[in-house]
Formats: sequence, C-alpha cells, structure tokens
Amino acid sequence: MTRFAQRAAFLAALVASSAALGLASRPASADNSVQLALVAYSTPQEAYADLIKAFQATPAGSNVTFTQSYGASGEQSRNVVAGMSADIVAFSLEPDITKLVTAGLVPADWNKDKFHGMVTDSVVVFVVRKGNPKRVRAWADLIKPGMDVIAPNPFTSGGARWNVMAAYGAMLKRGASPNYAIAYLSKLFDHISVQDKSGRESLQTFLSGKGDVMLAYENEAILAQRNGAAVDYIVPDQTILIENPIAVVSGSAHQQQARAFVDFLRTPQAQAIFAAHGYRPVARKVPTSVRFPQPHTLFDIGFLGGWQMVQTRFFDPQNGEVAQIERALGVAGGH
Amino acid sequence: MATSAAIIQRERVQVKKNFIRGDSLLPAGIVTTFLSVIVLLPLAAVAARAFTGGTFWTEAFASDALASLRLSLVASICVALVNAVAGTLIAWVLVRDDFWGKPLVNALIDLPFALPTIVAGLTLVALYGPNSPVHIDVAYTQAAVYLALLFVTLPFVVRSVQPVLMELDREMEEAAASLGAGILQTYRRIIFPTILPALISGVALGFARSIGEFGSVVLISGNIPFKTEVASVHVFGQIESGDIAGAATVSVILLALSSAVLLALNALQRRGLRHGG
Repeated sequence: MTRFAQRAAFLAALVASSAALGLASRPASADNSVQLALVAYSTPQEAYADLIKAFQATPAGSNVTFTQSYGASGEQSRNVVAGMSADIVAFSLEPDITKLVTAGLVPADWNKDKFHGMVTDSVVVFVVRKGNPKRVRAWADLIKPGMDVIAPNPFTSGGARWNVMAAYGAMLKRGASPNYAIAYLSKLFDHISVQDKSGRESLQTFLSGKGDVMLAYENEAILAQRNGAAVDYIVPDQTILIENPIAVVSGSAHQQQARAFVDFLRTPQAQAIFAAHGYRPVARKVPTSVRFPQPHTLFDIGFLGGWQMVQTRFFDPQNGEVAQIERALGVAGGH
Repeated sequence: MATSAAIIQRERVQVKKNFIRGDSLLPAGIVTTFLSVIVLLPLAAVAARAFTGGTFWTEAFASDALASLRLSLVASICVALVNAVAGTLIAWVLVRDDFWGKPLVNALIDLPFALPTIVAGLTLVALYGPNSPVHIDVAYTQAAVYLALLFVTLPFVVRSVQPVLMELDREMEEAAASLGAGILQTYRRIIFPTILPALISGVALGFARSIGEFGSVVLISGNIPFKTEVASVHVFGQIESGDIAGAATVSVILLALSSAVLLALNALQRRGLRHGG
C-alpha cells in the first residue's frame, strides 16, 4: 500500500468510527424519555413487538422506548448475570430467573404477586402431520413400535425440560409409580431420533419431513399452523402447565417505568395480544378468539416438586435421571 | 560468573545486530502481546477453569463426553484424509486443466467459508434430509456429520496446494519424463514432495476446523448422545445445564487432541521440507 493509500484508509476509518459513535450517543428521542432494556427468550419476540407498540400508546408508556435483546432463555439469563444491562427480564422457565435472584440482580420476592411472577402460560402438546395419520392421541402412543419422535435436547434447551416433565407427570397422573414413569421416559427417549438444540430447530426438523410426532409448546404449534405448515396438534389428556416468568431487575434505573410495563403486560388488553400469538393468558376475562382447549388433567411444576428439585433430580448433567437414561440407551445401543 | 557477563555482552551485541537487520525486539514484543491477548490468555483461562474444582478426571471420563469426543475425533481425521485426496485433485484440475467456467468454479471453492455455518446446516438438511429433492436422505445419522464437515472444510487443502502447484516448474516434470520416468514416478518423486508441506498445512487447518465445528453440524446430526452428538454440541449442552467446569474439561481435551495432531503434522511437514529441499 502506498503511504497516501494508507493515510486515506486511516482517515476513512476514523471518520466512519466517529460517525458511528456520534449516532450511538445521540439520545433516542425527547428529553424526558426513558429507555428500558428488555432481555427475553426468543419465542415471544413477535408478540413483544406488538405489545411494546400497544404500551407506548398508553399514558404510562408514551415516553418509554425499548432496546430489545432476544436469545435462548438460559443464555440470556447468563448474559445478565455476566453484566449485560437489563431493566426487564422475560424467560421461558423459572430457574433462569432464579439464577438472577442468586446473583442478587432480581429481588427474592419477585414472584409474590397474584400472577406468581408469570406473564404467559402454555401447555405441552403433540404436533403431528396434517390429519394425524399415525393416530397419536395419548402419551402411550408415542412409544409404540416404529414411532419416530422429535423433541429438543433437554440439556441444550431449558425449555425442552417442560416436555420431559410433561411426560413424567402425565404418567404419575395416570396412576403410574415413579419407577414406571422413569421407565416410560427411557422408552420415550429411545423413540426420539433427533434432539435439536432448541424448540424452534425441532420444529424446523419436523417441518422438513422428519418424524411422526413432535413434542412442543402449544404456542409454537399455533404459530406453525398460522404460518401455513401442514400440521395438526393434539392436547393430551394429561399435560403440564407451562408458565413463563417475567421480572424487573433490581438495579434498574427506571423501576417505575419497568414496573408499569410489566403491569401492562398483565392487563386484559396485553394478554389478548399474547393470546393472539398463541399464549394462554395468565389473567382472567381476556377477550380472545383463539381457542385453548382445557386438558382433562392439567398439572404444574409444583406437582413434581418444583423446579429446584426437578433440576437436580432429572437434569443434573452427571447424575440426573435423564442423563442416566441417555447413558443407558447409549451403552445399550452398542456405540 | 564471568561467563554470564560475557553472555549478556554477547546478547547485547546480538540485539544490536538484530535491530540493524530489522528483526528488533519491537515486532517480537507486538507479536507476543497480540498472541497473548488474542490466543494464549483465553486458552489458559479455559484450561484453568477445567482444572479448578478437581472434577477434571470424572468429567473427562464421563461416558457421554468420551463418546462425543470419539465421534468428533474420528470424523475429523476421516474428513481430513478425504480432503487431502479430493482437495489435491481439485487444486490440480484448477491449475492444470482449462475448461469453460473455470473462474466460476475457482470462486465457488471459497463459498463454504462465506456462508454462515448454521445456514450451511439448514441447506444440507433441506438437500440431504427426509424431503431430499435428489433422494439422498442421510440427515440425523453419523454420515450427516461427515457431510457437514466435508462441506465446511473443502477450501483448506485446495487453497493451500493450489499456489504451490501454480509455482511448480513444469520443466522439472519434462526433465523427469525425458529421463524415462513414468507418470506415477514423476508424481511420487517430483510433484508430491513439492506440494507435501502445503498439503499437510491444509489438512491440519481442515482437521482443526472440523474438531470444534458446531454450526453446520448441530442442525443435521440429530444430536443424539452416544450416536450423533459431536463434542462441540455436548459442550454446548453442558454450558446450558450450568456445568461450566464440565464444558471447560471437554474443551481442554479437544484442544489437547488438536494440538497433538497439529504437532504431529508439523513434524511431518518439517521432515517433508527437509527431504523436498
């Protein structure tokens, strides 16, 4: 490079970087405006786009703008612990908030409201091919010979743990012993041919033609159908109530506005927006046209001892029941 | 003691000489700092994380960790060997043959580098999955792992060997032929020794890339522990499950395996250089 070219390149870089800095440091809008950082798991991204617009149309939200970050729930939780700035956190399962409580970033009483800290609900369902050609109705059908099951990997995806616990709890609710329920899980994992690292990727796999049935959240199934995928879904007679938590971060400089946003999310208006995106509302009297069939037997994570117990008993990567099942299957498989 | 003073004196002279020759301490300092910040410190931090807590050996010998490491290692070695042959062949055709559309093919070689690996994985599933338009369904099997690795490592050997082949003096081949050497003999005695160092470095790069590859494999392999789960996906699972020490442990083993293979290849390369030169 000639000296002139070098200088020109340097100048260009300087101009570009100062322009970028200038843009970044300019305030987003008017003087009294407040910017909230929303850190969330990726599934409700589209819902939040609508919700933020609706919030900004209310008096409480008129001067509030948002930065939004979406990613895998566990990853987002770790990011916030590691110092990523956040005013509001929304995750797919409670343990990801518990990590922040342990780190002193979310007050311990975060779930002491009438919604127990939750903002949306869902249930675990079976996604099947259009018309349900394999006639999948109940959990027992999943372990019939030749049944090809798709489910995300419960070690790479925290949300995938809902599926496993739905299967386990369903067995208990049908009157099975814990031993039988574990044996069922073992058979189920033997039928799972693909364990994608997230629920969305499992859906991709299923839509690419692999598998007879996929374990998924109801909201994902609704979304897939709405996007024109040739799938049906079945709400099994026994299934788990999925509850997605939300919390205001204690170090937030804008507690009041963050609180106002979280409160707004629980209003019938906001819950209706969530419902339109396939989530079951946590609030009552929500006007929605989406039909959420009531399962015969619905249980929550508390029925299985709560997340803390479930995490160690089932998902400890060394000694958890699921790790042991995978190991036993791996050895039996002769690999 | 007198000798140490003499050594220092000699070193000073040496430094002065080096400075005059142009390889002063300044570039060495910059290189050391750069390498430390970018490579050595992060690697050391991973190793430190693996050995704190005292669970290194239990984590290392967990059967699922071992199974995933074995798959990654075997697949990477096989892929490196296939690349050695196929990559050299492609480089040869690109250098020696003339055909319509050659510049296009030449440009095509680098595209696996440009494509985000997760897109590569998605594309491979669409192409070689259950709905394969070409009726090849290998998705969610070990074969898929090999396929994905072959895709992302294609350019390494081609791009290492190609410039050497271009520089290769054809008169040497002609001389060998005029002295009665057959095609095979010319290849073995003239061409192969010349391209060997480049070939080895290409193979080494491809191997190192394969053994830690994540994006292109994660979508197409199916990630079933003990069957199709590669080491990088296993590590990802450990991180997601909060087992950071376990993730660091498997990573350190990956690094150790890679360094062993890379050092061996390096030694081979030096021997090749000695014999070739």
